[in-house]
Amino acid sequence: MSILGLLFVSIAAIAGFWLVRQGILRSPWLEEGELVDHPGFFGRDLSRPPASKVGLGVFLAVATCLFLLMTAAFFMRMESPDWQAPPAPAVLWFSTAALVASSVALQMAQFAVRQSDIARARTALTIGGACAVLFLIGQLWAWRELIALGFYASSNPANAFFFLLTGAHGLHLVGGLVALARTILESASWEKAKAATLATSVELCVIYWHFLLLIWLLLFAMMTGWANNLGVLCRRLLS
Amino acid sequence: MTDAALKENATPPPAEVEEAELYHAHGWLTKYVFCQDAKVIAIQYACTAIAIGLVALVMSWVIRLQLAFPGAIPFIDANVYYQSVTMHGMIMVVYMLTAIFLGGFGNYLIPLMVGARDMVFPYVNMLSYWIYLLATLVLAASYFVPGGPTGAGWTLYPPQSILSGTPGHEYGIIMMLASLILFIIGFTMGGLNYVVTVLQGRTRGMTLMRMPLTVWGIFAAAVMALLAFPGLFVACVMLLLDRTLGTSFFMPSIVEMGEHRDYVGGSPILFQHLFWFFGHPEVYIVALPAFGMVSDLISVHARKNIFGYKMMVWAIVIIGVLSMVVWGHHMYVSGMDPWFGFFFAITTLAIAVPTALKVYNWVLTLWRADIHFTTPMLFALGFLVTFVNGGITGLYLGNVIVDVPLSATLFVVAHFHMVMGIAPVLVIFGAIYHWYPKITGRMMDERLGKIHFWITFVGAYAIFFPMHYLGLVGVPRRFYEMGETAFVPHSVIPLNIFITVMALIVGAAQTIFFYNVFRSLRHGAPAGGNPWRATTLEWQTPETPPGHGNWGAHMPIVYRWAYAYSVPGAPEDFLPQNALPLQGERSP
Repeated sequence: MSILGLLFVSIAAIAGFWLVRQGILRSPWLEEGELVDHPGFFGRDLSRPPASKVGLGVFLAVATCLFLLMTAAFFMRMESPDWQAPPAPAVLWFSTAALVASSVALQMAQFAVRQSDIARARTALTIGGACAVLFLIGQLWAWRELIALGFYASSNPANAFFFLLTGAHGLHLVGGLVALARTILESASWEKAKAATLATSVELCVIYWHFLLLIWLLLFAMMTGWANNLGVLCRRLLS
Repeated sequence: MTDAALKENATPPPAEVEEAELYHAHGWLTKYVFCQDAKVIAIQYACTAIAIGLVALVMSWVIRLQLAFPGAIPFIDANVYYQSVTMHGMIMVVYMLTAIFLGGFGNYLIPLMVGARDMVFPYVNMLSYWIYLLATLVLAASYFVPGGPTGAGWTLYPPQSILSGTPGHEYGIIMMLASLILFIIGFTMGGLNYVVTVLQGRTRGMTLMRMPLTVWGIFAAAVMALLAFPGLFVACVMLLLDRTLGTSFFMPSIVEMGEHRDYVGGSPILFQHLFWFFGHPEVYIVALPAFGMVSDLISVHARKNIFGYKMMVWAIVIIGVLSMVVWGHHMYVSGMDPWFGFFFAITTLAIAVPTALKVYNWVLTLWRADIHFTTPMLFALGFLVTFVNGGITGLYLGNVIVDVPLSATLFVVAHFHMVMGIAPVLVIFGAIYHWYPKITGRMMDERLGKIHFWITFVGAYAIFFPMHYLGLVGVPRRFYEMGETAFVPHSVIPLNIFITVMALIVGAAQTIFFYNVFRSLRHGAPAGGNPWRATTLEWQTPETPPGHGNWGAHMPIVYRWAYAYSVPGAPEDFLPQNALPLQGERSP
């Protein structure tokens, strides 16, 4: 809950700053005539980014909230005495490496698209997708291993949280793979006229991938117990 | 403004707003059923929400009949009573109010009011409606599974919601959770649209501070909903896993019917935290659009600019932020740390400041205004009074020490029905009377509208005012039957009967409204484009009802804020937002 509190304050601060930048302090009844939509702030140009990018940003905020609440529940539940964290299967290191590779490959694809090297971009996108699939296989392998060792979801809340968090993260990645597959198809039937659309699609995939990588690294650190101190620290900061 | 500047404005350069690739319907099915036009989706949303809302209305009759005449109606047993309470609450809060404000009015008004041709993601918008419909159908289907719908109360608190004492613990609870999960997925799709359309779809000249307060209210509510619904989503998923896979997120180690269940020490309080992290913002998700719409209704029908527009916007934002940190006031009696109770009481009472500011501003807008007592105005005034009433009892309940004795009584029921039941519903009615001419091109009947208003308004007070008294004398809520109790005076019995009779009358009186809606569709007086002489963009469309793409060939360009009423020197008492600037115009 304390992490939630800190994050909430920072989100509110960012929102407040943004609203001020958008002119929430202006008095509309004193204005006349047409205005430029975004007056700019300290002389910066604030032309509108593509709607899909803003849409993704809003979605990432929702997903952040989702994972944050699960994390908060995790930390709250962890304090009970019956908590027994399951061992982290070694295959998780493999899947982590696969997800990092996937993110790197997509980043390469974005560089390639910027240089209009579509063939290279397509290769990089495909490699990125394959690595993401490898990651998912690794996660399922970890599930199998835990179940084989007798760590069922119903036997301890810690196990249940492991399955819940990895499952939720995996499902988000599956959704991302659908978007990535569409982007690869788009790059296959590439025309000059649609260059901008492709660049946007690749950029959105890259943002989403980096986001999921970040979430995974945090979840991994949390579930292997490295992040426990972080929770304690936050609580101390607030109390 | 100089003549040269005027001339320049007279031939405005093409709007810089990117021309959206409009979706075009090809047949009857894609034009009226699987349609991506936000206006059609809005009507689909509103009709579905009202239809399921009527089911919830009937549920409330069942509740009231049992309370007034315990045991007199043969089919109402304890199970049916609890199922009715649960379904009434859940449907009204989530499937009716949230859906009609954001899905219905949000879809119709956002694109029109900000000057967009449609929502930015029309396909996702359509999916949002169909998933919402599926969620509603799953919920309604739970009446037909063995054991019936869940009777766990709309809060669905574990462990009782999945233990065998509660009706619907077999399948009803699973259907309920599945339906909520679907609803949230569908809503997130819609919410993304509302937020991004306000951010990206505004026409040229429409700055954030020139948006009508309706759009501000819906925008803030959509942002809050996007951040709050994940709380319910997580709670539902985890509870569903507890019920189906036997995990122990929320289920404590428990003995049921003399038999020890397999659950091992989950935390029911954790569910309450997650649920109310959604549950309290939900109140404002419903209230903020209502605040916004009522501001526009009052301003238009009082022919005066809204008092303190800037403050109104800030108040909406501050209420939105504060409402995310008050959820604990629903849990004062859950045994929380007194310091937490103190914190939540402070934040709860702090919300009264921006809220009261809004009320003052509405009243000051009315002061010395040219008030037209049209039906929408009556409903807006009804809202104002009711909201103040409900808000003041909220101040009592926000204090821990007052809340503890009152928490499980009918006082709470009266409070939240006033503030988030009756008040928003009055706004919905007012808004329908107000925007019906734009949606259909015909006026609704004023005389029937006024009869409808007076029965609904007076009737609602007859129902919920005595309920405060019942709560104060200690009548508990949620009880199926009072039986013989020493602490409840005899006057409670006739009062309960009175409330029930009024509830039946008010419910039945809504047929006047439906008759008016359907009759006016054919026989209403033609409305013209702008019957209320309003300034906002939705009244300036070239066609009424607005055609596909809303604006015809040219996008509107906005030159002023949304409240230019009674401007000195203007030819009429209102200046539309897109009318060219007057010579030397300086808004008041």
